[in-house]
Amino acid sequence: MSGFLEIKDSCTGCGICVKTCPVLALSINDSRKAVVSEDCTLCSICVDSCPFESLAVHHSFGGNKEELARYSGILVLCEMRNGSPDRSTFELLGEARKLSAGEKEVSVLVITDDPSDAAEKLIPAGADRVIMAVHESFQHFSTEPWNSVLTHVINEDMPEIVLAAATTTGRDVMPRVSKSLDTGLTADCTELSIDPDSGMLMQTRPAFGGNIMATIVCDRTRPQMSTVRPGVMKPMDPEPDRTGKIVNLEVTAEMIKNRSKVLEFIPTAGDEVDITEAEIVISGGRGMKDPENFDLLHDLAHLLGGTVGASRAAVDNGWIEYPRQVGQTGKTVQPTTYIAVGISGAVQHRVGMQSSDVIFAVNKDRDANIFEFCTEGFVGDLFEIIPALVKEIKKRRG
Amino acid sequence: MKFVVAVKQVPDTAEVRIDPERGTLIRDGVPSIMNPFDTYALEEAMKWRDELGGVVTVITMGPPQAESVLREAISMGADDAILISDRAFAGADTWATSHTLAAAVKELGDVDAVFFGKQAIDGDTAQTGPSVAASLDWPQITFIGKVRELNKDSITAERYVETGTQVVQAELPVVLTILKDANVPRVPSLRGKMKSRKAQIPVWGLADLALTEDETGLNGSPTKVVVTATPEPRTGGQIHEGSTEELVAKLADLLLGEGSEA
Ligand SMILES: Cc1cc2nc3c(=O)[nH]c(=O)nc-3n(C[C@H](O)[C@H](O)[C@H](O)COP(=O)(O)OP(=O)(O)OC[C@H]3O[C@@H](n4cnc5c(N)ncnc54)[C@H](O)[C@@H]3O)c2cc1C
Ligand SMILES: Nc1ncnc2c1ncn2[C@@H]1O[C@H](COP(=O)(O)O)[C@@H](O)[C@H]1O
Repeated sequence: MSGFLEIKDSCTGCGICVKTCPVLALSINDSRKAVVSEDCTLCSICVDSCPFESLAVHHSFGGNKEELARYSGILVLCEMRNGSPDRSTFELLGEARKLSAGEKEVSVLVITDDPSDAAEKLIPAGADRVIMAVHESFQHFSTEPWNSVLTHVINEDMPEIVLAAATTTGRDVMPRVSKSLDTGLTADCTELSIDPDSGMLMQTRPAFGGNIMATIVCDRTRPQMSTVRPGVMKPMDPEPDRTGKIVNLEVTAEMIKNRSKVLEFIPTAGDEVDITEAEIVISGGRGMKDPENFDLLHDLAHLLGGTVGASRAAVDNGWIEYPRQVGQTGKTVQPTTYIAVGISGAVQHRVGMQSSDVIFAVNKDRDANIFEFCTEGFVGDLFEIIPALVKEIKKRRG
Repeated sequence: MKFVVAVKQVPDTAEVRIDPERGTLIRDGVPSIMNPFDTYALEEAMKWRDELGGVVTVITMGPPQAESVLREAISMGADDAILISDRAFAGADTWATSHTLAAAVKELGDVDAVFFGKQAIDGDTAQTGPSVAASLDWPQITFIGKVRELNKDSITAERYVETGTQVVQAELPVVLTILKDANVPRVPSLRGKMKSRKAQIPVWGLADLALTEDETGLNGSPTKVVVTATPEPRTGGQIHEGSTEELVAKLADLLLGEGSEA
């Protein structure tokens, strides 16, 4: 057992904790005290629920201290897009620098067929070392070679932390690496920090459809690995004078072994910016009523230089395409301005947009959830407000 | 062909509510369902079985009551099912879950493909499939929006990625994770329902899979949850009510106001 749930004498047997336990491990005994069964997984959901602070989870952290101490530094996996590091890579580097607190070396691994000027961009963005794995077969992401290169580099470098983006790439290869190296991996983190006492990486992520935030540690094994949700961490301001090393990795025949191949890549058509990169996102929900009405939002987006997103309800109704969906099963966006039009603000939508700087909401229902967390809420009919707003903006701009 | 589908029983997260006073999760009365994403994995496996012949075996690792999702899968058309259940499996993270599921796939033997949902709606990790592929040392194709072709040697599928579609071909045996774009799951048939009622569902535990307590469940999990909290509320701001003219004037002020170049 790696810990236990303590039930203190102050327990009144009120039974609130019993209702919150997701694995049904708690019950109230005859002397009106909470008791815990072997089913307890130490998830600690109950701890928060107890009005009398009678519950506490005690973890016993394992791992051989000397063995763990052999690992140092942070490794970031770079993702390339159109020959350049993707925005998510810069976010990871910004976060890695923050975690490093000036003490841990930050390395970035670039797996690519065309190195171009990746290193020149990554060093000012926070990398101390850029490891280049260049091979003509690395044109498209593919699981097995990426796994081989990553496990090789991790075995050689022994970083204590490995970060990758929680994209289709990171979420494909990192679980494979976790298994290859027999160490833990925390998916889709939205917050990372170093515990000052233990030095462990505290990895926080939403679970249960965004209803709870869980903080996870990897105590016995190294490296501690996370995939990090794109759009949440901040890149650092580039420092053109930063210096760093470039290391060229020798790509061996073993590394390029692959039982699958990419036959073709078909890029998504469309000239508008990706919603994850837009400064202004205007999203429509079920309140939009039909696909034609999205033209209203496109008009507004056009005026404001933004792009159009949507709730899942709008996507599921076929009013707009899935790549524009914001939320738990869509994308996470973090624009300066987010405008939610006819969206109720369900938690699954909220987790994808709540870190926007400013959130505007237009909804005719004063009790809609969205009004509980938006910055500026407008109670009214979108079919009156949006066309009038378009007119008003045009008028003011002359 | 021999196909395996991994399904998970999950609380319906859309029904999970937060106690507004204490800000804690209310589990009471939240129904347990088959992970919605797994229905697409099941349908895809059955579609190719119907075309090529063979069997679809559904597996789940969970407590005894998880058997109900296996019966549901049989009523939808799966051929048989195995419940992987043991006290020692409780509290597993994705490493330990995939280790256990991979042991079950090995035990089944001669499997051509294992189908997974894209992710489970409780954990939302999407890690189990790739991790099983690594345990088995098989190739994998994740985030499949469409299976173009499947035969006894290989599969060709479309992976939906951020910037477009990757068309990937892989050798069998293979691990696949399926998106909802791939198909429309069939509904349980009358015959399926009868079959599911009568079906014998074997239970495999630690000993059946030749695993040890150290490599499964909480003990075998390299990661642990140390704190859970409800998300910090983003405090609501200003709510504006009034005539359309007033609202539009205010909205335009804010959108075009300070800091905007307009
Ligand atoms: C596992 C899972 C994953 C999910 N993932 C996502 C996700 O990624 N993204 C997501 O968005 N959702 C997701 N959902 C769905 C989510 O729970 C909600 O159902 C969805 O966000 C609701 O969309 P909506 O706000 O557009 O629709 P509704 O909740 O129906 O809200 C429509 C709103 O429009 C308002 N309205 C109607 N007409 C007008 C009008 N004329 N003028 C002004 N206002 C009007 C109404 O008052 C209402 O508040 C997920 C659910 C589950 C279970
Ligand atoms: N306990 C389990 N038993 C069977 N299959 C599972 C289990 N947990 C996860 N899966 C499968 O793995 C997929 C991804 O789950 P997750 O990694 O938890 O997001 C699910 O869609 C299921 O197909």
